[in-house]
Amino acid sequence: MNWLTNFRPPGLKSWLNKKDTPENLWVKCPTSGELVYRSDLEESWYVTPAGAHLRISPRRRFRLLFDDERWEPILLPEVSVDPLKFRDDKPYPSRLKAARAKISGREKEETVEGGPPISQDDCMAAGFGKVDGIPTVVLVQDFAFMGGSLGMAAGEAFIAAAQLAVARKAAFVVCTASGGARMQEGTLSLMQMPRTTLAIDEVQEAGLPYVVILTDPTSGGVSASYAMLGDVHIAEPGAMIAFSGPRVIEQTIREKLPDGFQRSEFLREKGQVDIVSHRHDLKATLARVLYHLMPKLRRSGDREVPNVAAPAPDVEPDGRSRPAGKEAAD
Amino acid sequence: MPTTYLEFEKPIAELQAKIAELEAVDASDDGPSITEELGKLREKSEKQLKDLYKNLSPWRKTQVARHPDRPHFLDYLDELFEDYQELAGDRVFGNDEAVLGGLATFKGRSVVVMGHEKGHNTESRIRHNFGMAHPEGYRKAVRLMNLAERFSLPVITFVDTAGAYPGKAGEERGQAEAIARSTQRCLTLPVPIISLIIGEGGSGGAIAIAAANQVLIMEHSIYSVISPEGCASILYRDAEKARDAAEAMKITATDLKTLGIVDEIVREPLGGAHRDPAKAMQAAGKAIQKALRGLEGLSAIELKRQRRERFYAIGREGLS
Repeated sequence: MNWLTNFRPPGLKSWLNKKDTPENLWVKCPTSGELVYRSDLEESWYVTPAGAHLRISPRRRFRLLFDDERWEPILLPEVSVDPLKFRDDKPYPSRLKAARAKISGREKEETVEGGPPISQDDCMAAGFGKVDGIPTVVLVQDFAFMGGSLGMAAGEAFIAAAQLAVARKAAFVVCTASGGARMQEGTLSLMQMPRTTLAIDEVQEAGLPYVVILTDPTSGGVSASYAMLGDVHIAEPGAMIAFSGPRVIEQTIREKLPDGFQRSEFLREKGQVDIVSHRHDLKATLARVLYHLMPKLRRSGDREVPNVAAPAPDVEPDGRSRPAGKEAAD
Repeated sequence: MPTTYLEFEKPIAELQAKIAELEAVDASDDGPSITEELGKLREKSEKQLKDLYKNLSPWRKTQVARHPDRPHFLDYLDELFEDYQELAGDRVFGNDEAVLGGLATFKGRSVVVMGHEKGHNTESRIRHNFGMAHPEGYRKAVRLMNLAERFSLPVITFVDTAGAYPGKAGEERGQAEAIARSTQRCLTLPVPIISLIIGEGGSGGAIAIAAANQVLIMEHSIYSVISPEGCASILYRDAEKARDAAEAMKITATDLKTLGIVDEIVREPLGGAHRDPAKAMQAAGKAIQKALRGLEGLSAIELKRQRRERFYAIGREGLS
């Protein structure tokens, strides 16, 4: 990045802000710093030209993964609100309220993009649909809702979604994004680690696949429980995945961490992640994994896989046609 | 009597110093007896201790839970177990001394026992990394639980950690995965597993060996998702507010029992376990034995189901 990319004529910024168009018309790429048109981003599923994978909402995640952008929204259980009567500088219920308002504002904007209404009271949203013909429950954790923090609502959502996958003999796919436990729920939030782990056990006992898609960021109690217990771990490029975040570690060891530490590619190198998949290939990758793990449910006919406009040419449909051919030969 | 007094115990420390002084005089002097005076002071000191400990605030409990003289895992091992044979290593990378464990006899039966060890002096604290485990510690725990499964031995764990160690090496070797697997191993065991929180139950580092059929806690222990200091610096943006955070997070034994997170509270001697370690540990032994008896005769399937129902019930029942 040089001074030219940063340079804007004086007054341009205020002109941009003054304009009638929403201020989020431009989005700054966290990798290159360049400004990208929001409409361009929409087309590229929020991957910037420099390859940064921006965080996306549950709705967009569902649209990205489900066949024909169609899914059945899953109503998630209600939980006891603010059991500890927790208060920091604000009472916990008012933080929840603010987070809900933010989410429903986003929902209003995105609903035109298509798909059924999203039912989301906390940081989780779930949908049932098909991924390349395979019945799948997808649970998406939303970082925009209080940092995707894991509390009772998220834990119950996880259990409900897992049990629905078992009831419908569907694959269970969880897209993680979280800063960790929800401190406002104290030790009750810690208890979501064993609780979600038990739900995974139900899915695996039923012989169904549990696939984790790790997105930016996944850390703390979430990475130390369900995010790291998948049959297969797929990560989006550049996602921060850690137990202790870099800031905590830098404070402990008093030393700067190297670039790329705790990013998806690093975790793959260290053996914690199976696949680092570009968002444009994500559906094809997931479909290929599920295809192998649930052979009886695979779609019979050939089909162009991703919902994405321009998939990279080397990811599909090879992965699917080859084993099918082999099977026929046997 | 303890060698270390906590800040809030200062009045007791002063009285005790006075008593010690008079005792010395009494022993060397055959002048007018000061026995009466001594008796009064002792009584006063006892009452003060009782009053102080009757209603310990969560922050004070946190300090007691971390008291350097509080009995640690190795003390419990000495007091309650026989024929201990330590087993070392995770068979992958190394041997983590923050989590120790092995085979031992508990009340006449063989068990797998393990726990976090914080250490008692500078040298041992460094060796045990202050009870903060690396992935190898949790992988050793998984190995020991596998052994327990293979030979149908009950598992007893002692929890005492500020948390898993937040370091570069641990991250590189999959700290998150190691914790997740250890928690999962606890939950899928076909044998009984009992956990006792003896000091600090710190977050993921604690739950990794505490996802048990029965979870017991010493009266002045804490069990928390993050340390009060950590919570204060994140939510209140001021680590000095640890006192408030300790209050707000409901981390004391009584609170946890109300929330259904622990099953049983083990009473400690007056003034905390560090004032009479043997008595505290014997009470713990009895509680563990009782918990084990309660699980006797349950099949592998029933044990797994009990654990599932126990953890699923948390937060669903008994909350407002």
